Amino acid sequence: MSPSAPSQEFRAYVNAREKRDVLRFITCGSVDDGKSTLIGRLLYESKLIFEDQLARVEADSKRHGTLGGALDLALLVDGLQAEREQGITIDVAYRTFSTDKRSFIVADTPGHEQYTRNMATGASTADLAIVLIDARKGVMPQTRRHTTILSLLGIRHVLLAINKMDLVSWSHTVHEGIVGVYRDFARQLDVTDVTCIPVSALTGDNVVEPSTVMNWYHGPTLLQALESADVATNRGSAPFRMPVQWVNRPDAGFRGFAGTIASGLVRPGDPVLICPAQKPSTVSRIVTADGDLTCARPGQAVTLTLADEIDVSRGDVIASTNQPPGQSDQFACHLIWMHENALLPKRPYLLKIGTCVAGAQITALKYTLNVESLERVAAKTLELNDIAYCNISLDRQIAFDAYRELRETGGFILIDRYTHETVGAGMIDFALRRASNLTRQKFTVDKPTRSAQKNQKACVLWLTGLSGAGKSTTANAVEQRLHALGRHSYVLDGDNLRHGLTKDLGFTPADRVENVRRIAEVAKLFVDAGLIVLVSVISPFRDEREMARRMMDEGEFIEVFVDAPLEVCEQRDPKGLYRKARAGEIKNFTGIDSAYEPPEQPEILLKTGERSVDDLADEIIAYLRSRVDQAEP
Amino acid sequence: MPNQTGLSHLDELEAESIHIIREVAVSFAKPVMLYSIGKDSSVMLRLAQKAFHPAPPPFPLLHVDTTWKFPEMYDFRDRMARETGMELIVHVNEEGRAQGIGPFTHGSALHTDVMKTQALKQAIEKYGFDAALAGARRDEEASRAKERVFSLRTRTHRWDPKNQRPELWRLYNPHVSNGETMRVFPLSNWTELDVWNYIDREHIPVVPLYFAAPRPVVRREGTLIMVADQRMKLEPGEEPETKQVRFRTLGCYPLTGGVESDADSVPAIISEMLSATESERQGRVIDRDGEGSMERKKQEGYF
Repeated sequence: MSPSAPSQEFRAYVNAREKRDVLRFITCGSVDDGKSTLIGRLLYESKLIFEDQLARVEADSKRHGTLGGALDLALLVDGLQAEREQGITIDVAYRTFSTDKRSFIVADTPGHEQYTRNMATGASTADLAIVLIDARKGVMPQTRRHTTILSLLGIRHVLLAINKMDLVSWSHTVHEGIVGVYRDFARQLDVTDVTCIPVSALTGDNVVEPSTVMNWYHGPTLLQALESADVATNRGSAPFRMPVQWVNRPDAGFRGFAGTIASGLVRPGDPVLICPAQKPSTVSRIVTADGDLTCARPGQAVTLTLADEIDVSRGDVIASTNQPPGQSDQFACHLIWMHENALLPKRPYLLKIGTCVAGAQITALKYTLNVESLERVAAKTLELNDIAYCNISLDRQIAFDAYRELRETGGFILIDRYTHETVGAGMIDFALRRASNLTRQKFTVDKPTRSAQKNQKACVLWLTGLSGAGKSTTANAVEQRLHALGRHSYVLDGDNLRHGLTKDLGFTPADRVENVRRIAEVAKLFVDAGLIVLVSVISPFRDEREMARRMMDEGEFIEVFVDAPLEVCEQRDPKGLYRKARAGEIKNFTGIDSAYEPPEQPEILLKTGERSVDDLADEIIAYLRSRVDQAEP
Repeated sequence: MPNQTGLSHLDELEAESIHIIREVAVSFAKPVMLYSIGKDSSVMLRLAQKAFHPAPPPFPLLHVDTTWKFPEMYDFRDRMARETGMELIVHVNEEGRAQGIGPFTHGSALHTDVMKTQALKQAIEKYGFDAALAGARRDEEASRAKERVFSLRTRTHRWDPKNQRPELWRLYNPHVSNGETMRVFPLSNWTELDVWNYIDREHIPVVPLYFAAPRPVVRREGTLIMVADQRMKLEPGEEPETKQVRFRTLGCYPLTGGVESDADSVPAIISEMLSATESERQGRVIDRDGEGSMERKKQEGYF
């Protein structure tokens, strides 16, 4: 038997279905507003429930249903067993359904506050949101919270479904009251298009079929609104962006850059800029397995080849030359915290934007947003579900766009370096510094910026004391600890510097002053570079140490008196210098024939004769920690 | 991501899947693609070829063989491996085979656990795979609808539905800690109908068992089970009859019910589906082991 050939009508039908577009939407609202029931109702009334699924829901309704054994449509949607038992939706669930007009991907997200991160997740890929309201309760804190999140995530179209109208006697007045309150709130946000629909998910009124009882309502049903929603964004006319996902090099003769087009159109011959390196080139071919394309559009996964042999790698963005993306390593952004472990400002996280991953840290928490009142509240940390406005600093330049202009090159996630959890999601607002300014105005990046990038507060630990007191040993131990903590440090050792920087100087009082001055100048530069500088030099005179202190900013100079009695130092005599000095072979030796003026009020006093090096180093680290803590706002 | 790109529904699904498959190839040290021989695997394999064109997919295929597949499935598997030129790793739980574990003698639950769930864990550990692409779709079963595209498995291969990473935009988090692995589902947003439409559009070869043909079957517990080989013992009074049947889903033949159908071509299948009244997994015996049985199996490490 030969397979039956498809009819022309069949082909036409399949082709028409194939041409339908997709609408991705999200449903959100407070607990028990009936989201799952509403989606269940949409599926049920659109004749999208298979008989066996329905039979199973009927059986489940008798066991877990909340309707006394009657068909509980929420059970179609609430998939996880745990949810059935709790009677709530605990996570984001994706469903697909379609009508003759459109195909839909629905993210059903929970109303519980602790699951708000899932709502943001669902919203990130949606074009439109259905916000559910229980007509008996009106606009709830969760309604405001969710609408704020929708707005932040760039959703401009909201269908406000005022549900359970059957429980308020289908009252027009109740409906109008809720609509007024909601519109007043939405007006303060970027949600520009709100359609309000009175429905009953339980009875089906205005879900698919128009209500026969609410004669006062003349707008579309929920399904009609979904089918006709015009969510056209102009991603096609936006500037071209393609984050490079993978470099395709099967052999020496082919080198292509694979990626998904984030925005704009691209054609062979288009001039492009590889960002952030700013290298220009021209698109040669748009390669796909189905043949080369003459034009590629947003959302398409393609492979571009370029006319020039230039270095392009994963994480780069191939972009329009006329309207290139911005580039920077510091941004102001909105951040939604998504993890039970609080945000630690200054802690290093990984940031993923497009296909690029960079080291990142929050350098300033400007405020958190009270999403019910939209008030700005000062904050020192972020807890799960907090929404903040903050500055973020990266360890490299990246190409980016403002999120409100281009979602895909403006949205990022933060990943914890240690647990690998996704801990936050952010939307770039603007760059704090432009790289183009950087090259022209070299001083735009300053000491706090550099320090912040290194996740530390720059300073000088000035270790003074007799020869053999243990300055270099202590400095070495401290630097090892700093290194292990991921801090950036440098030791300026008086003896070592005498091989170069101060090799022309002797040990006369004048030379000693110049010696300290040079070392202090170098220390100052290193502090400016953002480093934690350890100076290990006898520096016997108070005045010179005071001079060094004055060269630094307030609080940056930390005098550490490494105090060991002369007898102990002379007994240790690690370099044999005391013996030579006593023998008269060395002149002007501190403690023997040259004075040592001990600090009067050192920040740290270390009695090295009585304690282990580890102990001493720990004390200095503890001091540095307390200093950073005090500096926190 | 936002639509309105001028791409059709199917084009958009295709592009999304390619993006996901590429992301796996670049983010993991040793990824693998699970190949179950079914239609979803066929589609996923074609998408992988498209994703890396003109290069071949940079990972091998892994078939976890329960030894109870339909004979045609083995023929088809070997043909596809030949035609694509991709490396095909076949793994059998040899302990299970030595003990003679099978669905008739040990029941579907034990058979599936030993020959499929445990076998998959063995293979992943044996080869040191850190990510496995699989063709599961969210429309197949309620618990799948909640699973992420990049779905973390613990050291013991368990899925923790209450502790899933948020997935925003196209930004997948591929990071795993020592011993953890990732399951990745590039067809998450496809439906059964999308899969068939794509097979139709792209002329993707599938196992002939999907097409209706006269086949020897017996009716057991309301399901038509094909008498595929001599291991099938007939119960007293059972007489195989030849019926025009096809399979909507392919697994171990004793666990896969056929449906009576005249759909002998891809367009005929699509026509049939457009008027279908029963969902695809209905033919799978394991889904009816108890309410929530798929979720339980997944937590235990079943795909």
